Amino acid sequence: MNEIVDILLSTGFWAAAIRIASPLIFAAMGELICERAGVLNLGIEGIMVAGAFAGWMAVYSGAGLWPGVGVAMLAGMAFGLLHGVLTVPFGLSQHVVGLGITLLATSATYFAYRVALPEVTSPPKIAAFASYAIPWLSDIPGLGPALFRQTPLTYAAFGTAIAVALVLYRTPLGLAIRAVGENPAAVAAQGLSVTGLRMGAVIMGSGLMAVGGAFLTMSAFDSFFFEMVNGRGWICIALVVFGAWRPGKTVLGAVLFAAFDALQIRLQQTPLGAGVPYQVFLMAPYVLSILALVVMSRRASVPAALMVPFNRGER
Amino acid sequence: MARHEEQEVVLRLEGITKRFGSVAANDGVSFTLRRGEVVALLGENGAGKTTLMNILFGLYTADAGRIELFGRVLPAGQPRAAIEAGVGMVHQHFTLAEGLCVLDNIVLGTRPLWAFGSGRRGAAKRIAALMADYGLRVDMDAHVADLSVGQRQRVEILKALYRDARILILDEPTAVLTPQEATDLFDTLRRAVARGLSVIFISHKLHEVEAISDRVVVVRHGRVVAEARTSDTPPAEMARLMVGAEIPAPVPRPVKPGPVLVDLHGIGTGTLREVTLQLRAGQIVGLAGVSGNGQGALADLLGGLIEAETGILRIEGREPVRWSPRDAVAARIGRIPEDRHGSGSIGDFDLSENAILERYADPPMSRFGWLNRRAARAAAERIIAAYDVRCLGPDTPIRLLSGGNMQKLILGRVMAIAPKIILANQPVRGLDIGALTYVHGQLLAARDRGAAVLLISEDLDEVIALSDVIHVMSEGRLSPGFARGAKTPAELGEWMAGRGFAAMEVWGAA
Amino acid sequence: MRLEAIPAPSLARRIGFPLLALGGTALLAMLLAAIAGAAPLQVVGLIAKGAAGSKFALLETLNRATPLIFTGLAVAVAFRAKLWNIGAEAQLYLGAVMAVVLGTGALAWPAAALLPAMAMAAMAAGAMALLVPTFLKTRFGVDEVVTTLLLNFVALLFVSYLLEGPLKDPMGLGWPKSAALIPEARLPRMAEGLRLHWGFGLALIAAGLVWVLQVRTIWGFEMRAVGLNAKAARFAGMPVTAVLIRTAVLSGGLAALAGFSEVAGAKGNLTTDLSPGFGYTGIIVAMLALLNPLGVVVAAIFVAGVFVGADSMSRAAGVPTYIADIVLAAALLGMVLAIGLGRMRVRRG
Repeated sequence: MNEIVDILLSTGFWAAAIRIASPLIFAAMGELICERAGVLNLGIEGIMVAGAFAGWMAVYSGAGLWPGVGVAMLAGMAFGLLHGVLTVPFGLSQHVVGLGITLLATSATYFAYRVALPEVTSPPKIAAFASYAIPWLSDIPGLGPALFRQTPLTYAAFGTAIAVALVLYRTPLGLAIRAVGENPAAVAAQGLSVTGLRMGAVIMGSGLMAVGGAFLTMSAFDSFFFEMVNGRGWICIALVVFGAWRPGKTVLGAVLFAAFDALQIRLQQTPLGAGVPYQVFLMAPYVLSILALVVMSRRASVPAALMVPFNRGER
Repeated sequence: MARHEEQEVVLRLEGITKRFGSVAANDGVSFTLRRGEVVALLGENGAGKTTLMNILFGLYTADAGRIELFGRVLPAGQPRAAIEAGVGMVHQHFTLAEGLCVLDNIVLGTRPLWAFGSGRRGAAKRIAALMADYGLRVDMDAHVADLSVGQRQRVEILKALYRDARILILDEPTAVLTPQEATDLFDTLRRAVARGLSVIFISHKLHEVEAISDRVVVVRHGRVVAEARTSDTPPAEMARLMVGAEIPAPVPRPVKPGPVLVDLHGIGTGTLREVTLQLRAGQIVGLAGVSGNGQGALADLLGGLIEAETGILRIEGREPVRWSPRDAVAARIGRIPEDRHGSGSIGDFDLSENAILERYADPPMSRFGWLNRRAARAAAERIIAAYDVRCLGPDTPIRLLSGGNMQKLILGRVMAIAPKIILANQPVRGLDIGALTYVHGQLLAARDRGAAVLLISEDLDEVIALSDVIHVMSEGRLSPGFARGAKTPAELGEWMAGRGFAAMEVWGAA
Repeated sequence: MRLEAIPAPSLARRIGFPLLALGGTALLAMLLAAIAGAAPLQVVGLIAKGAAGSKFALLETLNRATPLIFTGLAVAVAFRAKLWNIGAEAQLYLGAVMAVVLGTGALAWPAAALLPAMAMAAMAAGAMALLVPTFLKTRFGVDEVVTTLLLNFVALLFVSYLLEGPLKDPMGLGWPKSAALIPEARLPRMAEGLRLHWGFGLALIAAGLVWVLQVRTIWGFEMRAVGLNAKAARFAGMPVTAVLIRTAVLSGGLAALAGFSEVAGAKGNLTTDLSPGFGYTGIIVAMLALLNPLGVVVAAIFVAGVFVGADSMSRAAGVPTYIADIVLAAALLGMVLAIGLGRMRVRRG
């Protein structure tokens, strides 16, 4: 037991938790925007893969780090556009389209990787985002090194979450997005475009998912591997449910989740963990996500029009 | 009152035509609306009133015709343009986001999307002023999901007023209200008119049209068949114009009620409170009340979808051991569901499959788990012939049928089990007059054959016309039974509003 | 401009759009080939030749189609009842595990008894794997899409643990793989000298049985009804939860048979790369087949052909094999769009 307490009290552990949470926050915010507007985006896993590759490839090809993030975002937005066109004006099954986007984005990424780098055996590295200690704040004992010696992309993740919350709850646009996920007819009756709002949300959300993927190749690691997203997209969908479709609670869920993940990594290296097959630790995030879904199922307030296509249909 | 003929024309519709496939929902409709005037748009269900208003509001685009608002031509198909020109519409099905609060619903779409800040404080002030001016009380911070239907309607009206509407369109506004709430609504409308607003009031209820409107425009089969000052037109004349020919109201012949087939005693569920009710053979029991007051729960209970938490349910004197939809059908309870698209049919199934939905597990429809498609087809063909279902044959997907024909198939399915008990939940909602008369006739015939019928309807007139005994539901409570003619509509309205139950409880205690 | 549902679309509409979608994916394949610096027409030709250009190629395609028929059926059955089973991958692996547990010597039975026992055990394991998410759905209302997806990762880690622990091949030189199946536990070839095992025959039989079940029995009637309108099905007296459970058992069982057939028919042992995503590809197969069980057979052979063809093309033309995955994912989206367009028309105003 002492081992666990030691881990929980170390700043390194919390720094890791914040780092692990960052890509989840980007992607979960993306999913949250889509779902608040009434569109389930199961393309998230593939879009993260595409973003991870696109951002990394851009930097590898000579672009700066922030332009690389922009490239990742554009790649995500392109897949978001495709998802949006198929699910919003055409009203096709969000389940099937989302899975199709994931399959398409993943395979297109792998194809592009093979075409772009036919000869390499081990993936090349880039100069990834370095950590940046925020003056003053990073000197706070305990908390400072954990929270304020992260890479700029981590700060951006938390900034994004705050921005999403402000837009959703403090602007007319956010009100319209929330309303379109509750009852598109109410939005249409005000002369606002349901299609425009939902498409915009899916495109923006997909862009954020891709940045979440790019975090993996540009901040957490410095190169691109197949299978590196490894179900994080699906976990983000669970996080949005866990966060009851609210940005703050979703960020909290992501940090909690990341803390468990960081804990299991550290536990593996202790004598306590050595006796347990490492697969058990690796399973923990997925099992935890499922448990979170079960626990939250009763309280969750789903956007009423989630997965309900809107057709201004005449009869 | 000022003479409306002298006021400026605020709205002019000219030759509006709209076709859906081969059906003309509106055919050359023209009329005008003046400042400070209430025009009633009177017509049966399916006459084309709602389509016309959706065109005016820009939700549909007309195939021909033009709309002038305050002297300017309104561009077609743009709700935004209609709103900005001062049209406010209260739809029959409210367009509110239930998960949001009242204030958010009201301000939705009133500020540019890309503006900063929520502007809630200023909005709240304006809304409070509007509430005071028009006598519309609602809690601004409440979630719409927690409001009653009447309160939601007030939110819809506030939405229109908040957008500076000069013309209010109300589509069947009283269908969901208690008589008292309707009176309050009329009061609000009078205040609006006094402030120079104009109102289009869509209805098929003559007494309301009489009470509120200055002029009446009668629509039938998509055409304007008459336009007159309300005070010059006797109700009987309006009815004749609306329906086309005099349709004699059904006059149920007296039948001596038989034994009690359904006996509910002190039933309690999540919504029902101590409901005690008896249904007798050869009797139609009508259940009046504003929807959402427990009628759904009572229908679900009798239909086998839920079980009572407290109290006793007896069918023909016996308490059923198990209670499910299948047990209900086995007890020969014929069920006409409230929502024929959602619960009564499976849209992509064909007529034969829909015809056997409740009987597929029993011979001859299936044996040892194997479906007998021929038997299903024969069953569908029998219903099609006997109940005059207009369709292309038993292989047609049921979603292609009109509401009336769909209801006839469901009716045929109900009658195929030779029901002893019939549960008819809103059996004629949205049907045209022909189908409506047909369904009512069938229910009366079933009663005369000795079936016990429970008729649930929001339409008080329908309940009064058909029922031998009337109960009123309010907030999950059931009034005592009133024999045919024992109570006036106004008295029943008092019960619908929840008054009378208190006195009942006192008697119960005594 | 808006889209409007057509009440009764013409046959030309219903067939024309899907054909257009397939044509579009062929064009996409050529575009991708050009991007990879190869001659587009040659690449498509090589894929076709690699898939069906010789008896060997054709048999390879049918062998590859076998697990896809099973997973395609699993998805088709589940989606028909609107049970979103994205976990065929997990069910496949659990089926494979059961085949290994019983087939590596634990049961010294003759083939005629052992093979059915392995198949039954596999189906039971696959069914269990889908019953958990189905229970969470019916009991707690937890969306099964996410849970089945997450369980895929759990199942694969579980298999990895088994292959490094209890099921590890003692002769495996440290590689994480299971011991080889005993000869009695291997599915025989369908004909002497033909490189096609009985897994394929079993898959065809399964497709036929599923078709009969769906179209001719009351269980199928209930599954279709629940999928199209669960509320009406419940109102009519159908046991909706029981129907979903039955569907889960059938769907999970079918997916598990893919694992059984791959282990007992094709590979002879279990590794963690037994399935290159057969479970996910089953979704493509089922959608291309419009969820029709007999169509699944055709779609699975087509999809397998694209994969096998792309493998052989890749060796010859140097275009990455992922071209097959892209084309098939695009075909999935194109087909869904085509079905939608077949039922809609664009209308002005």
